[in-house]
Amino acid sequence: MGVEGIGASVVRKEDRRFITGKGRYVDDIKLVGMTHAHFVRSPHAHAKIKSVDTSEAIKMPGVVGVLTGQQIVDDKIGNLICGWAITSKDGTGMKMGAWPAMAPETVRFVGQAVAVVIAETKNQARDAAEAVVVSYEELPAVPDIRAAIKPGAPQLHPEAPGNVIYDWTIGDEGATDAAFKSAANIVSLDITNNRLVPNAMEPRAAIAEYNEPEEHFTLYTTSQNPHVARLVLSAFYNIAQEHKLRVVAPDVGGGFGSKIFIYPEEMVALWASKKVGRPVKWTGDRTEAFLTDAHGRDHLTKAEMAFDKDNKVTGLRVKTYANLGAYMSLFSSSVPTYLYATLLSGQYNIPNIFAEVISVYTNTVPVDAYRGAGRPEASFVVERLMETAARQLKVDPAELRRKNFITQFPHQTPVIMAYDIGDFNASLDAAMKAIDYAGFAGRKAKAKSEGKLRGIGISCYIEACGIAPSKAVGSLGAGVGLWESAEVRVNPVGTIEVLTGSHSHGQGHETSFCQLVAERLGIPISQVQIVHGDTDKVQFGMGTYGSRSAAVGLTAILKAMEKVEAKAKKIAAHQLEASENDIVIENGEFKVTGTDKSIALPMVALAAYTAHNLPDGMEPGLKEGAFYDPTNFTFPAGAYICEMEVDAGTGKTSFVNFVAADDFGRLINPMIVEGQVHGGLAQGIGQALLEGVVYDASGQLVTASFMDYTMPRADDLPSFKLSHTTTLCPGNPLGVKGCGEAGAIGASAAVINAITDAIGNNNLEMPATPDRVWHAIHGNA
Amino acid sequence: MSTVKLTVNGKAVSAEVEDRTLLVHLLRDHLNLTGTHVGCDTSQCGACVVHIDGRAVKSCTVLAGQAAGSNVTTIEGIAKGDELHPMQAAFRDNHGLQCGYCTPGMIMSAIDIVHRHSGQLDEETVRHELEGNICRCTGYHNIVKAVLDAAGRMKVAQAAE
Repeated sequence: MGVEGIGASVVRKEDRRFITGKGRYVDDIKLVGMTHAHFVRSPHAHAKIKSVDTSEAIKMPGVVGVLTGQQIVDDKIGNLICGWAITSKDGTGMKMGAWPAMAPETVRFVGQAVAVVIAETKNQARDAAEAVVVSYEELPAVPDIRAAIKPGAPQLHPEAPGNVIYDWTIGDEGATDAAFKSAANIVSLDITNNRLVPNAMEPRAAIAEYNEPEEHFTLYTTSQNPHVARLVLSAFYNIAQEHKLRVVAPDVGGGFGSKIFIYPEEMVALWASKKVGRPVKWTGDRTEAFLTDAHGRDHLTKAEMAFDKDNKVTGLRVKTYANLGAYMSLFSSSVPTYLYATLLSGQYNIPNIFAEVISVYTNTVPVDAYRGAGRPEASFVVERLMETAARQLKVDPAELRRKNFITQFPHQTPVIMAYDIGDFNASLDAAMKAIDYAGFAGRKAKAKSEGKLRGIGISCYIEACGIAPSKAVGSLGAGVGLWESAEVRVNPVGTIEVLTGSHSHGQGHETSFCQLVAERLGIPISQVQIVHGDTDKVQFGMGTYGSRSAAVGLTAILKAMEKVEAKAKKIAAHQLEASENDIVIENGEFKVTGTDKSIALPMVALAAYTAHNLPDGMEPGLKEGAFYDPTNFTFPAGAYICEMEVDAGTGKTSFVNFVAADDFGRLINPMIVEGQVHGGLAQGIGQALLEGVVYDASGQLVTASFMDYTMPRADDLPSFKLSHTTTLCPGNPLGVKGCGEAGAIGASAAVINAITDAIGNNNLEMPATPDRVWHAIHGNA
Repeated sequence: MSTVKLTVNGKAVSAEVEDRTLLVHLLRDHLNLTGTHVGCDTSQCGACVVHIDGRAVKSCTVLAGQAAGSNVTTIEGIAKGDELHPMQAAFRDNHGLQCGYCTPGMIMSAIDIVHRHSGQLDEETVRHELEGNICRCTGYHNIVKAVLDAAGRMKVAQAAE
């Protein structure tokens, strides 16, 4: 490892622009002649639109245009789609209701766009939007899962009787039922996985520009995957052909899944820019983020685990209702199915698993992937069951887990996944040591003597990242392949540009991806530039989500690097009159082994481009591309242990300690990896203690601002103690697994296990607010 | 419309703005100082924090007109040429930022925190003081480390002056 190679905690290259205020986010961009959009949104959760009167608004100062849902339908702009087909147990396809970018006839959630005002300034657009008069006929609303599945519930979409989108199963029902029949003990739990708002700190934004003579659009947008955005906008939404649409995702201020999807606002901005003949900018405010960004989680689950007389798990049976909101967002269908139920084996050898997932429509914001996407929900089910079982069976929760850990790899679970490698005992050992698990009883007794309740909670998570190979996900219904592309360009002077289809919106790719090049060629990372986020520069890519960028994106770069190196070695050998097999690359030089002959990278590059003296038949230039499609998912796993203290008088909880021991395979930049874990843990803890979306009975979003929705703040969280254990992923040459979601997947169960241990009542829902904790201690008095 | 005259990052500036214009929009839209960000509309997130006459203020909560005559410092104005402010350097060195969106507000708040506590800070105080700034990426772990680190660096820098 060089000082800037793989495994070095290199300080980030991209930081300088961010700490000096020179980042360039979408809202920072101004185009000549740019206008501003403001949306007229539904105040009702469910209503028929009787009329939209724009006559006053169009006369307001600065107004350039007022456009309605009917116009977008008249212009044949396509409905939003869901790109992952799920088949119900009866063999029917999912029941997708139509979702126009602006509603022409019916609104189905508060905040749904009905019309848009385009004006010279943002304030003028906002003022004029107030003057658009929409007349509604209110319809009864369905604010949550329980209301949606009630017999006789109001129907959202004619396509989906009973508001059911699909009723899907996985695993062997008969064998699982048999395991329960012969079980020595059965543990069961009802679980609510609370609905969350991703809340990236940068609100979504879009700027669209139409070049009339060229019939060409440019879209600047807050996207985690600009190529997928271009593909969907062109192939399905009928806005522009792919070669007539450039999508740029510049600096993007966090995503956490919420910026994967293509939203109505981008579609409308593009369409409107052509309609009004001017660039159109829309920047969401935070209230709009709450009202329109895809939310996350929102499951109701009944889960049961069967044990034999030796406390070995023999079966797991899960029934989950998932709320997908009013419309099917881009990947929404896959989240509670293939990203959830396939992880229900956790770290355990469970011979029989059966899960049924029923996804429903409600009059709420669409729900889709949020950090972890299905895997936090699965991990929470499994780890809450394990903890509950340990208490019911009166065994140590660590020992119960160890007894059931998978220890032989590869391991085929009954729910599709084939775990390639892991060492679950090693991560649990590391976490138990870090928190001094053995000393907990003493600490608990001491806390008790001081009038405090003390609890400890374990969570051993596993996740599946780098969702792939494409052939496999295609067979499961995915509408896209999940490979990644890369191109390595060595310039004539020897500096290097790496083009990647991954997108960095906080993950530090501009540094960690350079480290691979530094490792391979022995050159400083300052000579390498990562290029991403622009469909005009990078040919294609699948973007960043699902902790896939290192395992898939970086491996694609490695494949391209190998090609570049092979050609460069041929050139060097030719120049040095040596055999290419004798050429080694060290410190930016191509050397003939066993001699003092060498040629520096810039000279090789120059030779490639002058082409004066290349081997016979060799093409000039030094640039190579690669597409990489993994052979399997990767399986990061780890153990989190949380120790908490509870004030019985107030229900207030406080952290004593939180330790995390993760196995991510090889770490490219440990500093960045740890930062990812910190952030994930904060979101997992946020779910456990603070965050939760509230809709009232009429479908109004009660938690629609940072004053009503509790975001984790610095004084809500502890400092974390992290450590790593390592089994190298055999599925990719770098041995990496992915680290972006682990914290969010594993943390919430550890926290709830700790609090329920402290208070001696297992019946506690997330978020475990002081009010809920107090009632769990004292009853509903 | 009104003319607002103030000093921003040491330079006298003047802008013709609507009376309802907020300071943050004056900075971003009229002066092209886009380092100051807007992350919410309820004065909760702190992405817009700047210094007015040396004190940290959420610029989304101040009318541009209220800032007339004052001395405003933004994230663009704290480095001395190529030399980063110790707080900026500490955020970079401690990986106190990821997406960078909350970072300018965090840095401006943190400088004020160090000043108000005369550099005498511990983790609990820093966490309490950062309550008005929301970060979704870092879990605050490395931000807290950065502020504590910068408190030391600023003391050294002050002693050197």
